[in-house]
Amino acid sequence: MSAENKALQDDPSANPALFWLMDGQTLWKEVLGPKQKSCASCHGESAQSMKGVATRYPKVINGKLQTLEGQINQCRAFNQGLPKFAYESKELLALTAFVATQSKGLPIAVDETAVNRVDLKKGHDWFYQRMGQLNLSCAQCHEERAGLKLGGSIIPQAHPTGYPIYRIEWQSLGSLERRLRNCMNGVRAQPFEYGSTEMAQLELFLMWRARGMPLETPAVRP
Amino acid sequence: MSKTSRTVITMPDKAKRGEIIEIRAIAQHDMETGFRYDQTGKRIPRDIIRNFTCSYGGVEVFKADFYPGVGANPMVIFTTIATESGTLQFEWTGDDGYEALNQAQITVT
Amino acid sequence: MSAIQTKKNVGRRDWLTQALLFGVSLCLQPLLALAKKPEALEAIQKIIGSNALNEGKVKLVLPPLIENGNLVVLKVSVDNPMTEQNYVKAIHIIAEGNPLPNVFSAYLTPRSGTANITTRVRLAESQKVWAIAQLSDGSFWQSSVQTMVTTSACTEEP
Repeated sequence: MSAENKALQDDPSANPALFWLMDGQTLWKEVLGPKQKSCASCHGESAQSMKGVATRYPKVINGKLQTLEGQINQCRAFNQGLPKFAYESKELLALTAFVATQSKGLPIAVDETAVNRVDLKKGHDWFYQRMGQLNLSCAQCHEERAGLKLGGSIIPQAHPTGYPIYRIEWQSLGSLERRLRNCMNGVRAQPFEYGSTEMAQLELFLMWRARGMPLETPAVRP
Repeated sequence: MSKTSRTVITMPDKAKRGEIIEIRAIAQHDMETGFRYDQTGKRIPRDIIRNFTCSYGGVEVFKADFYPGVGANPMVIFTTIATESGTLQFEWTGDDGYEALNQAQITVT
Repeated sequence: MSAIQTKKNVGRRDWLTQALLFGVSLCLQPLLALAKKPEALEAIQKIIGSNALNEGKVKLVLPPLIENGNLVVLKVSVDNPMTEQNYVKAIHIIAEGNPLPNVFSAYLTPRSGTANITTRVRLAESQKVWAIAQLSDGSFWQSSVQTMVTTSACTEEP
């Protein structure tokens, strides 16, 4: 991350994710659906109820490994009686960013537990497994060659500390799953589907790997 | 019906007479350049904000022309002299009947 | 001599014409002749008309190495008292390597206080970016920055 991007990220009125956060705030309060509920109806003030939440995702809820997006959709369908948001839709991104930013500055707190152990191991395996036509694993770039260059860019360690991010390449806010699909396309592998178990497992591993690092949602990245 | 979007103005609400204040104006807009192609190979038509004006107490104090080379969600940071208490009006106009308005109050002592 | 250009001569004539134009413009407006893209040159010409383009007074700040050209913070400032008698009327940003050289134009007044503007622009490739200021006395001043624009590895399109 360059100095310029950090400056954009740290400045709340200049951060390009600004409008998504505003949309998220509106969605949080919007009373909708057959049950006439908004997020606020159950969760109240987001600043209190959502503080620390994003640092603990993905997590196992009722036997299923859920990402933050997945859980938001689950709440929407179950508690609000509304159709789920599509992945990468403006609404889901806005709401996810809004919820996640309530934990900004807090350390990522995904630990290995008895319930997530199997999924965490699977995520670990995905990270170290070679894939695609280029036959590369995530680890080969992001562990072994972190700090070296690929093209003109410095290879990062790839800690997802700021998702959903405003990626300058996309000229839009986007999720970790979208970024991971970009990576998988990059090695000419069949990318995991949005909302799939494999995605959640990989995300779980990445967040566990980044544990202790402060959340910086919404981040700005090239 | 003309289309519109959110805008955000950041500026101080109080200033001393003669003080130079900084104003940040951002509008939510994709600024489609007209140089991109969709998946079928068809050109996506240009759709951008063209013009931005700032009026202070009814007098135009700043104006800008945007071209496709301006980044998405266009932001301008400029300055003006705090001359009197009153309202600053901000207006954006663009392609496809786009129009957005915003305003801010300032107290000048 | 026949007005019809034969296929053989077209290339050479075009080249000769270009070289002649370059030579002439180099004599008349040395700074302008060095602007690489002809469209950028034309856009600058439209702005300054028959006036001279002086170097100085304008400060243009762009990051020297730009990781992604889709969103680049651009700061321009003009050294000027900004009074009723002497103020900056307009600042134009021209990008030589963009499909359209005109990027942004700001029009200021004596009430502006400063001639400091910040905006965010798109740069299509590594290129020279110009900032041209028009003062109230009708003079034109310029500064330019040579940028290096890269694109991130692992982009979306495979």
